[in-house]
Amino acid sequence: MKPFIQDLAAQHGHQATHLLAMLRAVQARFHYIPEQAIGQLAGLLSIPRTQIIGVAEFYSFFHLQPRGQYELLVSDSVTDHMLGKHQLMGYLAEKLKVTVGGVRGDGMVSLDNTSCTGLCDQGPAGLVNGRALTRLDVTKIDLIAGLIDQQKPLEQWPAELFQVADNIYQPGLLLGQPIAYGSALEATFKRGLQETLAEITQSGLRGRGGAGYTTGWKWHLCYEGPEEDAFCDIDAQKKPQRYVICNADEGEPGTFKDRVLLNRYADQVFEGMTVCASIIGAEQGFLYLRGEYLFLYDKLQTVLQQRRDAGLLGTNILGQGFDFDIEICLGAGAYICGEESALIESLEGKMGIPRNRPPYPVTQGYLGKPTVVNNVETFLAAAAIAVHGGGWFSGIGTEKSKGTKILSISGDCARPGIYEYPFGTTIQTILDGCGADDVLGVQIGGPSGTFISNQEFHRKLAFEDLATGGSFIIFNNSRNILDIVNNFTHFFAHESCGFCTPCRVGTSLLKKQLDKIVEGHGSAGDVVALEELCRLVKNHSHCGLGQTAANPIITTLERYPELYQAQLKKISYEPGFDLDAALETARRMANRNDAAAHLAQVGEDHE
Amino acid sequence: MSKTITLDGKTIPFEDGQTIMQAATAAGVYIPHLCHHPEFTPHGSCKLCTVKVNGRNCSACTFPAAEGQDVLNNTQELTDDRKKITQMLFVEGNHFCPSCEKSGNCQLQAVAYHLNMLDDHFPLFYPHREMDASHPDVLIDHNRCIFCTLCVRASREHDGKDVFAISGRGINKHLIVNSESGQLKDTDLDMHDKAAHICPTGAILIKRTGYQVPIGQRIYDHHEIDEVSLLTEQHHGE
Ligand SMILES: Cc1cc2nc3c(=O)[nH]c(=O)nc-3n(C[C@H](O)[C@H](O)[C@H](O)COP(=O)(O)O)c2cc1C
Ligand code: SF4
Ligand code: SF4
Ligand code: FES
Repeated sequence: MKPFIQDLAAQHGHQATHLLAMLRAVQARFHYIPEQAIGQLAGLLSIPRTQIIGVAEFYSFFHLQPRGQYELLVSDSVTDHMLGKHQLMGYLAEKLKVTVGGVRGDGMVSLDNTSCTGLCDQGPAGLVNGRALTRLDVTKIDLIAGLIDQQKPLEQWPAELFQVADNIYQPGLLLGQPIAYGSALEATFKRGLQETLAEITQSGLRGRGGAGYTTGWKWHLCYEGPEEDAFCDIDAQKKPQRYVICNADEGEPGTFKDRVLLNRYADQVFEGMTVCASIIGAEQGFLYLRGEYLFLYDKLQTVLQQRRDAGLLGTNILGQGFDFDIEICLGAGAYICGEESALIESLEGKMGIPRNRPPYPVTQGYLGKPTVVNNVETFLAAAAIAVHGGGWFSGIGTEKSKGTKILSISGDCARPGIYEYPFGTTIQTILDGCGADDVLGVQIGGPSGTFISNQEFHRKLAFEDLATGGSFIIFNNSRNILDIVNNFTHFFAHESCGFCTPCRVGTSLLKKQLDKIVEGHGSAGDVVALEELCRLVKNHSHCGLGQTAANPIITTLERYPELYQAQLKKISYEPGFDLDAALETARRMANRNDAAAHLAQVGEDHE
Repeated sequence: MSKTITLDGKTIPFEDGQTIMQAATAAGVYIPHLCHHPEFTPHGSCKLCTVKVNGRNCSACTFPAAEGQDVLNNTQELTDDRKKITQMLFVEGNHFCPSCEKSGNCQLQAVAYHLNMLDDHFPLFYPHREMDASHPDVLIDHNRCIFCTLCVRASREHDGKDVFAISGRGINKHLIVNSESGQLKDTDLDMHDKAAHICPTGAILIKRTGYQVPIGQRIYDHHEIDEVSLLTEQHHGE
């Protein structure tokens, strides 16, 4: 192990910022992070061993105990459940003779759940040693079980297991006319940097990652830098170090458009980043790619190399004396790393814990330097705007939401996949477009967004009405709303980073309280208690994760209060546990099982 | 003329670079807090210090004071919410105050009194947590850790060591120490380190000092935490 770790640290220039990449390599090689590796890396990187343990225990894809030679994970997204994930998991466990969460006795295989892998349009999906598996079914599981029993290396597994489709059904303004290679940069230099920034601002482009901050303003604030440098012109601002980060963490369940953009339009995304870099004066950029998208890594590296070869990246880009390069960094299973300041922490080789704000990343981001963080789609749009101008974009959409939105549509519809619609399009139009009928409701913006009922399909896709980072999950009338809410609520409790009290404890309490009601142990005061808890978590949490973690409950409670009430028993107080079952140990110890050794739960009748 | 903010309707001065907490403390106003300590970099994690700044909830210990802010601190709504946040801290750990050596000197307990917390309100988690009694002079009882990171910061910023860290994610957060064995005895912690004395709860205790001051004669047995806190922290702002 020793030479392996030594080489690894050397490959990464002994930089602690690369800790995640190194731990990914250790996990891939040994299927866990061995104690010796921690000690050795601490020495080689000159960081406390506690930082390494902290990181290893924070990210879902790292383990301090050995996992199987074949680490199998199955996506726990609600859409996978709708596609029969539960039965499939049972079959997998039986076929592979391993328990969910466990490692088989011979150490060959381990099995577990994982949060949404971004393949909701082709689930049930999973991962084997980090590689994405799609459209899992009984036949494929039989095949996989056979390959594992023969100990076939992953490279020899049939390619069909790993096939990922783009499923673009409705291209629009952006997807319908990708820009020509290098044209955004050429246009930017021709027009002028400040003039191009003005076009981006005039286009009305707002961030596509969810929060919807005006992109032109964000870039402006970043190049403007500290107050004393303000009001200088752009060229004079080039000295201080700045960074451009593309957020491809795409962890919101039901979102997968960034995966398709990076598979099909990576050049345009990188070009958008390069345009941004030229304007703000950055020399270094990062693509933070979620670990689940490992299968895109090699391809993206090739795209970057081609761009360097073509003079669109690297030194003296297009002969303009402008240097900029992009590094790809992989995540390791943590939804919170989509939050921009947690992402930056992660890029610095730490746990993904959101920072205190202010300061914001535009003034103090990566390594404390001014940093622009934008979503993949934002950079894609920015590149197109650099070519076509702001008016081309702002002519479409609504007053406060310009342009189009790229949606990831999944769930109950005939054609799940990628759709691009102008802002202002009604939900009904979108449902018609993907072949959805008998619809019960739609989850817009993922679990952190809004559940709308079938009485609201006249509403519009727009920041001022229904905002979404791209997730659009459709449920038909056969679905159970409380099951959906339960899945989402468990997701947040699992993904809470644990930094702040209201979210760390509150998301677990929400889970317990909802479980209590869903399992039929709730009584009159319990829905009120649930509402109170929702309010606390929403109002007091440190970051967007906690602030939206109660949304699944809040938005459905608002629309279907009777659903929750129907779960309650008629008595006024019900303990959260089964009284009689709790006495089982005592009965066994006392060797009793007579009537007096049992306790009846008070008033059993449901409403 | 000095810059000012309003705090519960009262005008108080602040200096550039001060947080709302610092400005309030200097003006003699107590804002409940647990993870904040005037000597260390603010952390902003316990959320007990939540105040309303121009209608928005902010952590007073990290949020910079700025001209024109209208800050609400001592309101019924905030007190109720702070009480529930404190209750969250109680239920996620194992806090059996009557049998705890820190009882009466514990800030968690004192803040709970101050906020008039009379029960746990939420279901108890009863987590399984260990003790580390390996060190000759210092004891860790993980049952009482509230992840405030004061020991982490004191060790790093004051003692120049890196003895403690918080590891894990979500509800599985836990305190770890910097030694190969994972035990406190193998770290370079000394009983005179600031980190060994900073814990607001009974999670880090000095051995063989137990019950030297009888229960009933301890700090918070006779003084409310707001009074004690202002007395000890006010001069730091100067
Ligand atoms: C819990 C959480 C997860 C997030 N995940 C993502 C994500 O996966 N991708 C993304 O672009 N933005 C995500 N964001 C929003 C980012 O913090 C940030 O606002 C965004 O990347 C900015 O880019 P934009 O202005 O182009 O939207 C997330 C925010 C939170 C609070
Ligand atoms: S709200 Fe949740 S995810 Fe965000 S900082 Fe707090 S614990 Fe972490
Ligand atoms: S041991 Fe004490 S000081 Fe350290 S994090 Fe836990 S509660 Fe805070
Ligand atoms: S004292 Fe401010 S968050 Fe803890």
